[in-house]
Amino acid sequence: MSEYVPTADAAAPHGADAHGEHYDPVASKIGMWLFLFTEVLLFGTLFIVFAVYLSLYHFNFSEGSRQLDKVIGATNTVILLTSSLTMALSIAALERSSKRLSLLLMAITLLLALSFLCIKAYEWHHKFEHDVYPTSATMLAKPHGQQVFFGLYYTMTGLHALHVIIGGAAILAAMVLVARGRVHAGRISFIENTGLYWHLVDLIWILLFPLYYLIG
Amino acid sequence: MQTPHAKSHPLVPYSLYFKVWVALIVLTVLTVAVSYADMQQTKILTALMIASLKIMLVVLYFMHVRFEKPLYAYMIVVVIVTYGVFISLTFSDYLYR
Repeated sequence: MSEYVPTADAAAPHGADAHGEHYDPVASKIGMWLFLFTEVLLFGTLFIVFAVYLSLYHFNFSEGSRQLDKVIGATNTVILLTSSLTMALSIAALERSSKRLSLLLMAITLLLALSFLCIKAYEWHHKFEHDVYPTSATMLAKPHGQQVFFGLYYTMTGLHALHVIIGGAAILAAMVLVARGRVHAGRISFIENTGLYWHLVDLIWILLFPLYYLIG
Repeated sequence: MQTPHAKSHPLVPYSLYFKVWVALIVLTVLTVAVSYADMQQTKILTALMIASLKIMLVVLYFMHVRFEKPLYAYMIVVVIVTYGVFISLTFSDYLYR
């Protein structure tokens, strides 16, 4: 509790803070974590819905899971885990004032996020071509449990993909701010909070992947 | 550690992040490999246990909770307990109605 100095930022060498702009990294971080908790509970309720229907339609959920491609799911997992690594490294680089390295690592993170979305889009497209989507003729002919499984699959992976898009936009914003020198080693909150958000997006996928792809 | 930049925690070496990443990839390979085994009863439980381990690694190291003040860990415990209450209330309704 001792090392927090509210005015520490004034000692930062860069100019942005000379205007008396308020900067409170601890409050920012606590605020970010509180926001992340609301995200956890948002997905948490969906996971409870999933768990209830899993217990009611265990057999149908296994059948549904077998129709998803484990290799694609695992590939996307590796992509997101790696993007979490490059994001963490990017913050570590900026903490050491290596601006170029930090920007490069964020660019790689962004590319990985894009590849995740492309693979996800391909996967959905493939399913749509086989007439597997809510209310399609093929879908309505399936057992009720499988309809619920795929309904939840599209809802939860869709909401997750939306979070990937928002996270990607935040990383892009962080890149601009770092490039302009508005975010630097002495004023690191924005990139740190962006990183926290990105890791949360990764966490949710870590749970989604086994629950949808590996229970068949 | 008090530098002009007033970090809330000491710098984490790059190598630690790589080690955590390797562990996460190994666990991903493990969870996929295990899913091919024929074990209907424990399949979901095993998958959830490996996922929890991965989540702990990400939270503690990538999200820095291990290196921060304990406040964040306490907040996470409160959220887990709250979520546990949601789960038990929902299931006590669905399983015993």
